[in-house]
Amino acid sequence: MRIRLPRSARVRVGLGVFLFFCLVGVIGPWIVTHVMHTTAEHSDFNAVAAGPSWHHLLGTTTSGQDCLAQLLEGARGSVFVGLLSGFIAMALAALVGVTAGFTGGITDRLLNAFANVVMTLPSFILLIIVAGYINSPSILLSSAIIGLVEWPGGARYLRAQAMSMRGRDFTTALIAIGESRWRILVVEVMPHLTGIISAMFLRAVVAGVFAQAGLAFLGIGGSTVSWGFVIGAAQQHGAIGLGLWWWYVPPGLCIALLGTATALVNFGVDEVSNPALRNASSGVRKAMKRAERELAARRSQETEGATA
Amino acid sequence: MTVADQNPPSVRTGSPVLEARGVSCAFGQRTAVDDVSLALYPGTITALVGESGSGKTTLARLFALFYRPSAGEILLDGKPVSARGRKVDYYGQVQMIFQDPFSSLNSLKRIRHVLSRALAVHGKASGRRETDAKVVEFLERVSLTPGSQYLDKYPDELSGGQRQRISIARSLSVEPRVLLADEPTSMLDASIRVGILNLLRKQRDEEGLAVLYITHDIASARYLADEICVMKDGRIVERAPTEQLITDPQHPYTQQLLAAAPDPSRTAWASNPEGEVR
Ligand SMILES: Nc1ncnc2c1ncn2[C@@H]1O[C@H](COP(=O)(O)OP(=O)(O)OP(=O)(O)O)[C@@H](O)[C@H]1O
Ligand SMILES: [Mg+2]
Repeated sequence: MRIRLPRSARVRVGLGVFLFFCLVGVIGPWIVTHVMHTTAEHSDFNAVAAGPSWHHLLGTTTSGQDCLAQLLEGARGSVFVGLLSGFIAMALAALVGVTAGFTGGITDRLLNAFANVVMTLPSFILLIIVAGYINSPSILLSSAIIGLVEWPGGARYLRAQAMSMRGRDFTTALIAIGESRWRILVVEVMPHLTGIISAMFLRAVVAGVFAQAGLAFLGIGGSTVSWGFVIGAAQQHGAIGLGLWWWYVPPGLCIALLGTATALVNFGVDEVSNPALRNASSGVRKAMKRAERELAARRSQETEGATA
Repeated sequence: MTVADQNPPSVRTGSPVLEARGVSCAFGQRTAVDDVSLALYPGTITALVGESGSGKTTLARLFALFYRPSAGEILLDGKPVSARGRKVDYYGQVQMIFQDPFSSLNSLKRIRHVLSRALAVHGKASGRRETDAKVVEFLERVSLTPGSQYLDKYPDELSGGQRQRISIARSLSVEPRVLLADEPTSMLDASIRVGILNLLRKQRDEEGLAVLYITHDIASARYLADEICVMKDGRIVERAPTEQLITDPQHPYTQQLLAAAPDPSRTAWASNPEGEVR
């Protein structure tokens, strides 16, 4: 039972950053109201386009709005859309991919063809068209749209994993015990995939944050304050030309940091090859342990490539 | 007319439990099993020997209904078995043990789960206490004692021999009448093979189990089996009671196999028939 700390350190840092942003997403708006006693929209006409100071830690916009307040408020918009769209995308990916791969036959061919068709559609362009058409979508609707275009890559990947599971002796042995197929799938096979699914979920969350930022930047992400929304507003008001870096750099950095965090987790998951984390107590480690086993199995089976 | 009919061995009692009648199975161009008839009798261990690729596994898998025969049929108690739908009842009678104990158990499930699912599927036990007691009983039947010590273990905490015993315990726990064992010891260390074979023999003697024992190793077939079938290129070329086949092989291929096998007096089966248990 060895736990290689240096190896999982990346994962822990990545997860830490990720959870930190989730936390900010939850309590950020509360801090704005109860600690900073302001709102993202409130204008301070005594400090317009002012740089960072004790009064406005991250400076203000051209209309005197507090940039820190916008950043905290925007965390909710970005992280919430990311989480919800990631959840929708992964739920669909798992449902379609695992069912297809494990069932095989005609079901597999139909589901796979469907996933391939959705996958060939240029997802961001599709997003722009749908979001633009809906005209100022709500936060829930944005999440749903993003989730609906982002599942096929994950589905294809999970399909390959499930297919390799179907060929394993242990599933055949369970059939020979008389176990039903759905029970084999849900109770016996799914636990092998939860590690991969959680790593993919993280990636989907960040993809969702990026997509939302893109839409908001283009002004079709609705009126919810989010990091992309802030950057878009800064751009519209010529913040770059005016040298108001405190307006657009922090939200950009937040997005980039979130991306880095997932990359760290994914590197870590790929790196770990020691399957002996069973006694580790935390759920994360359990998930990691499963991911590891899967990766080891994946290496030996050499199935198809990564998600898009 | 089948090969089996030509050589009625004296060891048989009663009518066959499980029978293949003229079954064939092909993969693409290649015919893996070609018009094979083979009957398994209660309380009888039938060994199936033959070189690699002769179709032994395919035949076992036909018996286990993993493949559908392209011709012929499988009969349980003389009644044809339908290859459609869920086969819980069939698997309550016919169980299979796999060659590789490292891949035939789900690595993420504890031994308790492994055995209790088999019990639950076939309605052999209900409620946690009764189930645990039964699980322990079957673990001890395969010499994993004390059984309670194994309940919370994961497969990768056990040795290959112990895992194979778990597989066997799982199969036995549904109280089948037929056991299909596809090279159950080939992945195991020589020192623990005899223990597994003795376990199969014990089930034959105590439960009247019909066993199909597939092996490459003619010496182990001689040690364990009541009768031996020799398979070549998808066909059964000879079938006879063990001693008769060893001392008086009829088919040239059988003679060749016996000539290639190591001298039985020097193998572990003959020199150490009791064997190590573990
Ligand atoms: N799933 C399959 N798909 C295609 N061909 C197969 C499949 N299973 C077996 N075969 C082919 O059928 C033939 C018989 O294979 P089988 O596994 O039954 O042999 P075997 O006697 O069990 O050999 P071994 O002693 O090596 O286990 C081989 O030529 C094999 O290549
Ligand atoms: Mg074989």
